[in-house]
Amino acid sequence: MGIALNEGLSQISLIFIYAAMAIYTAAFLTFANHLSRLASEKKKVQGVATKIERIAIILMILGAVLHAVGVVLRGIAASRVPWANMYEFSITGSLVVVTIFLFALTIKDIRLIATFVSGFALLILGSATSIFYVEVKSLMPALQSYWLVIHVVVAILATAFFNIAAALSIAYLLKTAKWIEKSKLKLMATVKRILDLFPSIEKIERLAYRFNIIGFILWSFTLIAGAIWAERAWHRYWGWDTKEVWTFIIWTIYAGYLHANATRGWTGKRSAWLGLIGFLAVLFNFTVVNLFFKGLHVYSGLN
Amino acid sequence: MVFPQRSADPNGVTQYFDTNPQLAPVLDAMQLFDVYTSVWFSAIYILLFISLIGCVVPRTGVHYRALITPPPAAPKLFSRMPASLSVKFTKNSTIPERAEAVLRKQGYRVIRNGKTVSAERGYVRETGNLVFHFSLIGVLIAVGIGGGLSFSGQRVLVEGETFVNNLASYDSFSPGTFFNESMLVPFSMSLDKFEVDFDLRNQTNVGTPLDFRAYTSSKLTPTSPATSGLIRVNEPLEMPGANIYLTGNGYAPHITIRDAKGNVVFAGANVFLPQSTTYTSLGVIKVPDAERQFGIISFFYPTVETLTTGALTSIYPAPIDPLLTMNVYEGDLGLDSGVPTNVYALDTSKMKQVAGGKSAVKGLRLTLGETVDLPNGLGTVTFDDIRRFASLDVSYNPGGVWVLLFALLSLAGVTTSLLVPRRRVWVRQTTEGFEVAALARGDDPILEKVVREVAEELKAKDKK
Repeated sequence: MGIALNEGLSQISLIFIYAAMAIYTAAFLTFANHLSRLASEKKKVQGVATKIERIAIILMILGAVLHAVGVVLRGIAASRVPWANMYEFSITGSLVVVTIFLFALTIKDIRLIATFVSGFALLILGSATSIFYVEVKSLMPALQSYWLVIHVVVAILATAFFNIAAALSIAYLLKTAKWIEKSKLKLMATVKRILDLFPSIEKIERLAYRFNIIGFILWSFTLIAGAIWAERAWHRYWGWDTKEVWTFIIWTIYAGYLHANATRGWTGKRSAWLGLIGFLAVLFNFTVVNLFFKGLHVYSGLN
Repeated sequence: MVFPQRSADPNGVTQYFDTNPQLAPVLDAMQLFDVYTSVWFSAIYILLFISLIGCVVPRTGVHYRALITPPPAAPKLFSRMPASLSVKFTKNSTIPERAEAVLRKQGYRVIRNGKTVSAERGYVRETGNLVFHFSLIGVLIAVGIGGGLSFSGQRVLVEGETFVNNLASYDSFSPGTFFNESMLVPFSMSLDKFEVDFDLRNQTNVGTPLDFRAYTSSKLTPTSPATSGLIRVNEPLEMPGANIYLTGNGYAPHITIRDAKGNVVFAGANVFLPQSTTYTSLGVIKVPDAERQFGIISFFYPTVETLTTGALTSIYPAPIDPLLTMNVYEGDLGLDSGVPTNVYALDTSKMKQVAGGKSAVKGLRLTLGETVDLPNGLGTVTFDDIRRFASLDVSYNPGGVWVLLFALLSLAGVTTSLLVPRRRVWVRQTTEGFEVAALARGDDPILEKVVREVAEELKAKDKK
């Protein structure tokens, strides 16, 4: 009767996650170093930059491989998909973000947000291992459904796309920020030089828009798949459960973002802020709603 | 500020009333604890509905006219367009004809006018957009009508019990606005057996439920043959006009009480409500038919363990070492007045505790099969058997399928409207060659590439 959980394997998985974090840290520092070199006024320092960038990318790929091994081992240890609680959702989700980013690297313009992305992955893994960590547990009967695969995979993908779009929006807002432009601080001068390296604001804006479009379509699907599952598991397709409400709020914010772009001609800063608000809601939905609100989506596994 | 909602957190609302006795009724009057069924929420819903129609209907007209209007004439200055290319090319006499052929092949709608060609594609972008908005209206209508025709009822069934689908059989029932009782198909369903698997194998996971199974047999009419079925979480039983879901479970110890003369005054399986994940369960037994009325507040521990404080607890949810404890109260049960009372609670205000607590007699303890004496000569109580109960939710919403259909349609619509580019392309024959220009309506990642490719194809075709 029942399944076998492998405690030892989940410990090994954790070691891989820690190792991935260490390598991501190195990648993050190298990317940051690369940016600061590019921003340097000295030609000689700039020359080394491409080599350093290559090292940073290799580090990030290595980190992603370790990260992937950690995720897969966790799945094997629990003998099910590795996204049934917040810890697992975090490690799987951040792996997806990193993977999408590594594939998107073929678009050269996106390279400059590497520092953001590696830093973000590190932050997520850090909070996952320190705050959200739980031992491997079997699936509660409510989660035993193939919808766990469909609904959650699409949600993770949507989050990953929103995440990259949000990084682009931050870059956009920094690049257009007047206070950085006007500042006389030396530090700000460096920041300005780094920002000058980024693609043009038009390009950043368009990229952010496209990542948000894909995110929105995936998010809509998450919402629909969730409703179908809820009809099976909770005897109604929609019940204004806290998580349902927040998922809908996020959908509305991004719908508003797309609408404002398409018909109101809301572009530039206002649009970037709207996209960021959407992503803040995504983060809020994942953290505060999961941990502190009562409702049916109580899957963090934390008390 | 966040207020607890009755639908998601009913205890939170009760607590809010306790801690803020003055503010809570005011908030309640504003329906802030029932936001999603409130008048003001419905008002927003209806306004959204009206504004959607107000937006979509005129846009449909505009789109229809765009569909029957040929692509617009070429601009004077191609270089003013977001993407344009001027090509020097000597053999350009047949450029307009060739451009027409090339663009038509790529799915453009094309108009040739002398030396210029106008082309437009991606009308389906706006079509998708309209489909999306109309489908949202469809979703809203399906939600409204479906909700009105829907019902949801709850019923607790102990193993061996049968339920007939009519209003009187439900413990609680919430119908939609347009519901009437004739919509209930009078089938019957028995809970034959209820099984639970708890993990006893993995150390960190001990006691975690792995699977719940409710074995049923149902009949469409009293005379028709019984069909056996299985309900699990995520797998409701589908009956005509109703789906039956498993929402909860617990123990229903079977107890027999005899008076001092040995006559049975109570016999039955009482539903005990689980209080913890290890199924320490609380139940109430009311014995109105005894010579002197009495009631029992009882705890059931499936696998009992004594804490260092002396208190009892259950350490595992399956009945490995079951124990029943009882506190007995004598006096008026409050059942004779005809006012309905909660079967899961005992109002002890007019009763006197005769066993357990501060009374002279210790609380009773019974292991499975044991019979013990009740205090004050009330007779004996026997713990016969452990049965399980299942909490079932019977619900039906005919709008669900339509909501899904419109939701998928809207997803298809919005995907089309976001991913299909709508653009205009113009080609003009000039004295030295030809010009190509393009204009995107909305987001178009490959506008410049399109212009380049059209120009190259026009040149390539000429070489042949």
